[in-house]
Amino acid sequence: MTAAASSFRFSSSRDRRRLATGLLFISPWILGFIVFRVYPFLASLYYSFTFYPVLRSPRWLGWDNYVNLFDDPRFLISLWNSTYYALGAVPLGTLFGILLAMLLNMRVRGLSAFRTIFFLPSITPIVAAAIVWLWMFNPRSGVVNYLLSFVGINGPAWLGDPQWAKAALILMSIWSVGNAVVIYLAALQDVPRELLEASSLDGANAMQKIWNITLPMISPVILFNVIVGLIAAFQFFTQVHVMTDGRGSPADSTLMMSIYLYQSAFEFFKMGYASAQAWILFLIIVIFTMILFRVSGRLVYYGGR
Amino acid sequence: MATSLDTPRAQAAASTTGVQRLSRPLGETGKYLVLALFSAFFMIPLVWMVSTSLKNAEELPLYPPIWIPDPIRWDNYVTAFVEGSLGGYLWNTVVVTVPSVIGAVLSNALIAYGFARVQWPGRDYVFAVVLATMILPDFVTFIPLYLIFRDLNWLNTYYPLILPIFLGSPFFIFLLRQFLMALPAELTDAAHVDGASELLIFLRIVIPLATPALAVVALFQFIGSWNDYFGPLIYLSDVDKYTISLGIANMESAYGFSNFAWIMAATCMSILPIILLFFFAQRTFIEGIALTGLKG
Repeated sequence: MTAAASSFRFSSSRDRRRLATGLLFISPWILGFIVFRVYPFLASLYYSFTFYPVLRSPRWLGWDNYVNLFDDPRFLISLWNSTYYALGAVPLGTLFGILLAMLLNMRVRGLSAFRTIFFLPSITPIVAAAIVWLWMFNPRSGVVNYLLSFVGINGPAWLGDPQWAKAALILMSIWSVGNAVVIYLAALQDVPRELLEASSLDGANAMQKIWNITLPMISPVILFNVIVGLIAAFQFFTQVHVMTDGRGSPADSTLMMSIYLYQSAFEFFKMGYASAQAWILFLIIVIFTMILFRVSGRLVYYGGR
Repeated sequence: MATSLDTPRAQAAASTTGVQRLSRPLGETGKYLVLALFSAFFMIPLVWMVSTSLKNAEELPLYPPIWIPDPIRWDNYVTAFVEGSLGGYLWNTVVVTVPSVIGAVLSNALIAYGFARVQWPGRDYVFAVVLATMILPDFVTFIPLYLIFRDLNWLNTYYPLILPIFLGSPFFIFLLRQFLMALPAELTDAAHVDGASELLIFLRIVIPLATPALAVVALFQFIGSWNDYFGPLIYLSDVDKYTISLGIANMESAYGFSNFAWIMAATCMSILPIILLFFFAQRTFIEGIALTGLKG
């Protein structure tokens, strides 16, 4: 009895010491969490319910900002543009990412050269890439339309044409798919060869092997990439800011939620309104992430984990 | 050659139908054709950037475009430094990037150690919070952060770009924790029995073993800080404090079309450190990227 009690006390004081040690190690994170995450998170929620022209203090408004946002045609356009971009860029990026990784996984001569070529664009600074592509999309002397002319296509004005500007941005997003290729390639290399060989013996063709073995085996990695990609796509900012001088032109056709949010905050100095925009952006990201997790419950194979 | 053909039994299976035998070489050619097409797609913008950086102003608007300029204008690179104050932007970027890399390695190593190798009650719940903060978009927090830094009188300084990095980032914590958890317990057990403090074990035993993972963090932070646009955009207002990304964007909007050749030269110079780093540390890069995808 006494022995048990003393050993309990001993372990609890040891626990306390370990707790102190653990907290000490993670103390930078705790500080950052409070100052750079929790406080701004709550403050921006509060601001979203206020009228806050940056030089004066915030005044409580209630739901007005949110109500006004859904009456604001530019906000609705930005909502549409961001969704359009995300639903275009993420599936295409996933498709090409997996396709290229599968090709590289098929015993390719010069694998590391191809991998380097695919990967270089994704470490190229975004601003540099944006300036080059801006130049390449030039309707008169740009390389894109020059190359299209070889296959008999008279290319559009791309970033000069509201109909084609978002397509140009999506095309450009595929250019930096190399990051995902490297991740998918690593996942593919972990797919057990025995499984694939056994299924060929059973007479499975290439498509059946991809559909029934390879894709299920790498599905957790696909889910991870799709979620990360979607979160990034809804925050798509730098390219548009550089290529359109921060305007989201032409005719608001590339006005992303992030761009309009930035304009509200730093051009119109409406911090409350901008915060409400930020919160809607956040809710959209949360909803999409939840949907993906829900759907993936049925589709993703965790190998019995 | 496809893998399945390596085993004799599979070879026998493959040779049973003529169609399969025929489709093999076709598939091989098709594979390289697709890879070559995509390689062209990935390389053309980079080749175009280098080519444009060496052109005469008169060659810029020509159609069809010229790929090899004549004469080759190396002096565009000089112009980028003289006209575009490229040197200043590069130096500012170094001033931001170096402390950021140090901060990221130090802080995330400490934090990850606390989550991976110290047993404390409630640890895994707190770690779940770390992961959850990953989906919090920067666009939600940037307005209050901007106002905090304004009230601290830190606008138009580098503090807002550097100091937060010294407090860890969830992505790096996750990455390093994975690595540290995989180190066998026996490595530190003996030291624990000898009564060594956790800090000593961390510094003397774990840090040296974790060097490859710390290199990944350093690389990613270097690229992140070097390429950052949004942070400098909202916090820096004096042009002579701009970092390279902001500086190049500024050249592009200030000088425009006829100066595009030397702006492209500046752009090439902005990428050069990253490319060099990539070729020196290619393995670290590829392994690091692959590691980031292993979250189940």
